[in-house]
Amino acid sequence: MKIHKYDTVIVGAGGAGMRAAIESTKRSRTAVLTKLYPTRSHTGAAQGGMAAALANVEEDNWEWHTFDTIKGGDYLVDQDAAEILAKEAIDSVLDLEKMGLPFNRTPDGTIDQRRFGGHSRNHGEAPVRRSCYASDRTGHMILQTLYQNCVKEGVEFFNEFYVLDLLMQDVDGVKKSAGVVAYELATGEIHVFQAKAIIFASGGTGKFFKVTSNAHTLTGDGQAAAYRRGLPLEDMEFFQFHPTGIWRMGILLTEGARGEGGILRNKDGERFMEKYAPVMKDLASRDVVSRSIYTEIREGRGCGPDGDHVYLDLTHLPPEQLDAKLPDITEFARTYLGIEPYTDPIPIQPTAHYAMGGIPTNVEGEVLADNTTVVPGLYAAGEVACVSVHGANRLGTNSLLDINVFGRRAGIAAAEYSADAEYVELPEDPARLVVDQVERLRTSTGTERVATLRTELQECMDANVMVFRTEQTIKTAVEKIAELRERYRNVSIQDKGKRFNTDLLEAIELGNLLDLAEVMAVSALARKESRGGHYREDYPNRDDVNFMRHTMAYREVGADGSESIRLDYKPVVQTRYQPMERKY
Amino acid sequence: MSTPTLDKHSAALDAAENGAAHLIKVTFRIRRFNPEVSEDASWQDFELEIDPKERVLDALHKIKWDQDGTLTFRRSCAHGICGSDAMRINGKNRLACKTLIKDINPQKPITVEAIKGLTVLKDLVVDMDPFFQAYRDVMPFLITKGNEPTRERRQSAEDRERFDDTTKCILCAACTSSCPVFWNDGQYFGPAAIVNAHRFIFDSRDEGGEQRLEILNDKDGVWRCRTTFNCTDACPRGIEVTKAIQEVKRALITRRF
Repeated sequence: MKIHKYDTVIVGAGGAGMRAAIESTKRSRTAVLTKLYPTRSHTGAAQGGMAAALANVEEDNWEWHTFDTIKGGDYLVDQDAAEILAKEAIDSVLDLEKMGLPFNRTPDGTIDQRRFGGHSRNHGEAPVRRSCYASDRTGHMILQTLYQNCVKEGVEFFNEFYVLDLLMQDVDGVKKSAGVVAYELATGEIHVFQAKAIIFASGGTGKFFKVTSNAHTLTGDGQAAAYRRGLPLEDMEFFQFHPTGIWRMGILLTEGARGEGGILRNKDGERFMEKYAPVMKDLASRDVVSRSIYTEIREGRGCGPDGDHVYLDLTHLPPEQLDAKLPDITEFARTYLGIEPYTDPIPIQPTAHYAMGGIPTNVEGEVLADNTTVVPGLYAAGEVACVSVHGANRLGTNSLLDINVFGRRAGIAAAEYSADAEYVELPEDPARLVVDQVERLRTSTGTERVATLRTELQECMDANVMVFRTEQTIKTAVEKIAELRERYRNVSIQDKGKRFNTDLLEAIELGNLLDLAEVMAVSALARKESRGGHYREDYPNRDDVNFMRHTMAYREVGADGSESIRLDYKPVVQTRYQPMERKY
Repeated sequence: MSTPTLDKHSAALDAAENGAAHLIKVTFRIRRFNPEVSEDASWQDFELEIDPKERVLDALHKIKWDQDGTLTFRRSCAHGICGSDAMRINGKNRLACKTLIKDINPQKPITVEAIKGLTVLKDLVVDMDPFFQAYRDVMPFLITKGNEPTRERRQSAEDRERFDDTTKCILCAACTSSCPVFWNDGQYFGPAAIVNAHRFIFDSRDEGGEQRLEILNDKDGVWRCRTTFNCTDACPRGIEVTKAIQEVKRALITRRF
């Protein structure tokens, strides 16, 4: 075991982690730990753009953006946070441009902007051009630009270091973070990083679904580590299903395709979104569009031999426009479906895309141990966190924005904290939990296989807690997850070595997914209403009287070692927007 | 309601919408190496039944998950954007997640081995550090002088287009590890680093072009390129890598960029 000491440690090197690192490296001795290489992070898969009311191509302002974000989140958004998001969006985009990001340009050389779902002029009047973009590879450009600037700033990376545990200490009755424990993939060695400030920026957890736009590596490692150490997880029942994933594969086809004029059609060729969202049509918020697609499919208007998908139609757009604005997604259609999007519509279905919930933080990125108490020195930003700027449903282009605004804020806040703070003493035998976990998996002779359990989990989640949910389907999921968690104790792996043991890695990742799937299902069961991405067929209406509140899920361990989930609730911060019925 | 426009279906669309799996038997011949077990690398055959419309990455997963958990490779996004899974498939550098089995003749054994020129650490995993060091050496970040503007820097659409091709790089190393010069001399910067230098040299906002050109004027720099076009063939993003290298060479001679 090796022990390292840094002022600030950042876990994860996607957009949020690297944006934080650029700030914290200037101010404090910083280490960034990532289980991949930085440029492999899933920020790079984001396509359509980053929202900011630059008003470069038409009238816009950050107040409209704030309203759209709150309405998009079905009023579960903390309004003070949404205001910061929309206001700081403008500098965030300009900062990236100054760092070198090659945005598409308007004829007069400013940053070009395009339409995106849920972003509107004057509180819902009509779609507005708010998404700043670089072709359909905006996430790639952001990830590359941030990495380039990390190289420039000399950010210190520990690549392929997988963080498995968060070390917490009780100091005079205050819960504080002391460091993290990481597993070095190349050697199997265990490293303890003691740090005054820690930022979790480890991304999402979409891999508990089968059809997902998420990378294989998005397994909720940060959320799970925090949760196991007694920290709450907020609003985990809210998961976004992006309307347009490639049928069965789940590969993302950007909403920018509809922003450029693409149309969703059913088997009769009908532009069905006109029925469900007369004003915004195909550019309604993602939860609305995904439900509409499944309604079409359920009512027998789906496409293909099994009627199990619909079409994203780009055939009426000029090929030059597709080549210039949507080159990557049209190539995906060619590569993976063998079709020509100039002339063929693209078979699509909703795909599990984004966790609105996560580790609760305030607007400085400080992690909360309950509804109000900050954990000194512990921060989270990006998809792993829940500020909450996305509420019950995130708007497209607000995640690339979130990682930049709150990544930056967390980086500054953490570095400023570590400048004055003392190290928290490490617990005795700090790596014990990780050593035990790794050794147990490596030496287990159990009969269960990781791949089998993971497949069963993913199929269960797709069948029971996806776009439509009921008490019965969620209960089915809760029971199945409990069974899988039990069987997981008997899991074994074939690779017993120390060097690049990805077999072991996948086993650990599965454990995280199982923990988080349980939190999601239990949180969903208790929310007896429909709001944003959480749609209960048995409770089809939003219930502001009983459920205008954030879910806070805690892991409880009984005296006999038994585990359970305790749910609590946190009020939503409302400033100037009163909840209204949501129409697009 | 708008008029239906989708009366005709192409054969390709019909094929794409046919969800029934047609499994075929495929042999994967994989170059294995694990110094914890043996100092020698060796080929190992795996047979599996798989739909040829699936990716090579899907096949590797099936082997790892159903047959041999010790098989080791990097991957993440699985659709050609993260750059983790460059490997040599049937002798050619490709991304395993962008290569469909039907496109590489599954009638014969499909060979899979680590990319060349970088030290193999285990099975298909190579040491990427020299590759990223070469990237860092070309100063791959925007260099500007003077005060920052209040708003964004202006750039015409034409100026933006000038370096568009080289912004697509995902640092997968498929190009660099396909380059015979790089195989023989690991000191050579390699195509990927030059591509990323190109991305900034030809960016109208950048003022560090001269510095980067001097770095690439080095004996291990751009002049080592023998224009074999392996890199262009290998690039999974379709970047005209050799052309970019030629443009950097020309800029070195003319000092105009």
